[in-house]
Amino acid sequence: MPDMTTTSDNPPYAIDVDHVTMVFNMASESLTNLKEYAIKLVRRELFFKEFRALKDISFRIRRGEIVGLVGTNGSGKSTMLKIIAGVLEPSRGSCTVRGNIAPLIELGAGFDPELTARENIYLNGALLGYTRQFIDDNLQDIIDFAELHDFMDMPLKNFSSGMVARIAFAIATVTEPDILIVDETLSVGDVFFQEKCERRIRQLIDSGDVTVLFVSHDIEQVERICQRAIWIEKGDLRMDGPVAEVCEAYRAQSR
Amino acid sequence: MAITSITRTATHAKSDMEKDLFILQQLVTRDFKRKYRRSVLGIVWSVLNPLLMMAVMALVFSTIFAQGRNGSVPPELYPLYLIVGSVTFSVMSDSTSQALMSIIDNASLLKKVKVHRYVFPVQKTLFSLVNFGFSLVAVALVMLWFHILPTWHLIWLPVGLALLMLFCMGLGLLLAALTVFFRDIMHLWSVVITAWTYFTPIFWTDDYIKAMPNVLQALMYGNPMYNYLTFMRQIFLWQANPEPVTVALCAGWAALMLIVGAAVFHRLEHKFILYI
Repeated sequence: MPDMTTTSDNPPYAIDVDHVTMVFNMASESLTNLKEYAIKLVRRELFFKEFRALKDISFRIRRGEIVGLVGTNGSGKSTMLKIIAGVLEPSRGSCTVRGNIAPLIELGAGFDPELTARENIYLNGALLGYTRQFIDDNLQDIIDFAELHDFMDMPLKNFSSGMVARIAFAIATVTEPDILIVDETLSVGDVFFQEKCERRIRQLIDSGDVTVLFVSHDIEQVERICQRAIWIEKGDLRMDGPVAEVCEAYRAQSR
Repeated sequence: MAITSITRTATHAKSDMEKDLFILQQLVTRDFKRKYRRSVLGIVWSVLNPLLMMAVMALVFSTIFAQGRNGSVPPELYPLYLIVGSVTFSVMSDSTSQALMSIIDNASLLKKVKVHRYVFPVQKTLFSLVNFGFSLVAVALVMLWFHILPTWHLIWLPVGLALLMLFCMGLGLLLAALTVFFRDIMHLWSVVITAWTYFTPIFWTDDYIKAMPNVLQALMYGNPMYNYLTFMRQIFLWQANPEPVTVALCAGWAALMLIVGAAVFHRLEHKFILYI
């Protein structure tokens, strides 16, 4: 990697979330046809009913930090992840990410059931920003990790969801990303594959260069993997600190 | 695994451009495989379909509507006149109807992966070139049948196609963006395409149009597709260089459509994710 020296001169933050607010306009989002739009426009109902998924959230994550994101269902964790992954744009504030991201969010997104596993690896690799040369070189590694040697030329629609998840995980982690986003990924596949995934994530963590953002409902898993935790509740940043303290407080509120 | 991959230099594309090109290439390949994988006849149909359409239209328009009988197009050239017109028009109708749905169809992808959104409509436009390629075989067969030899004027083909592609991309971007917010457009567009088919000189010949009321004439000649069809006919049928005014109009419409389409798409794309 040629830019090793330059990155150390930059601020060491891998993820910089700066006063991010995310507002969904619930009224207009349900509108997808001209008639309803016209009716609502006439009734002046168009611009009401806002929903704030995230309220003025700020935090910074250093390079190499392993951070867990906790919170109850619907608290805004996924919205936060999507903003960091660059899929959603915040309504206010900004989110700066330095380095390339391997998003393990809903594994297998963008896979085409009609194509074979091999073809999907190329398609997905392209979407992750890999070069063709890189995929060519690492195809065997991906196949090995996913343990699907005999099925590479079978259409993906004949695969089980666990098998699809294996391929997706293998593609996303074949290279050492700068930032790894893990969202409940470890709950897919059988126990053996889950353990394999966790080992792989741990391997990336131990290398020290990878920033990991980890989301899970499994508090024990967060405590086991992360050093720091950020607790988001109903769109507010409730707590940010060492994993033990945050998880303790999180457990206390649910009792 | 990690150790070996660090030592390699180019894991990720160096620029957005390189990444997008690879994605575009993969998406076109995907569509191609989806369309033709399971049917050997698929490719044959892509050639046969324009031929059969031409046969039907030639029959209808040289008998019932008596197009190929008089002045401007000799009867023996009329089938070629038809097929060049209709395959060119198909590039526009195919690519725009596909581009229309491209953002919505790729919703699951756009929600999870950071990717430039314009690649989807643009890819659909590029894919219509594949079908056009097969249609060219049909055009060649017609030329063979009527003993019409191609001339060097065909070197203009890439120019005409490129301009048509830009026009279609602009229109595709516009439609794809608007359809996200108003799904009705997908139903409306097929009606628009049908109307556009009749108001473009695909089967009408010049002398027939000249006999039309002024409003219709203005629609026929003012319509952007007229220029692209004329361009293609000049090189395939009349075996001449396209007239400068035709080239200029093709380029002008392409530029205009691309600017409008890209501007609208760029303005709206930030909100797509909330609506898909």
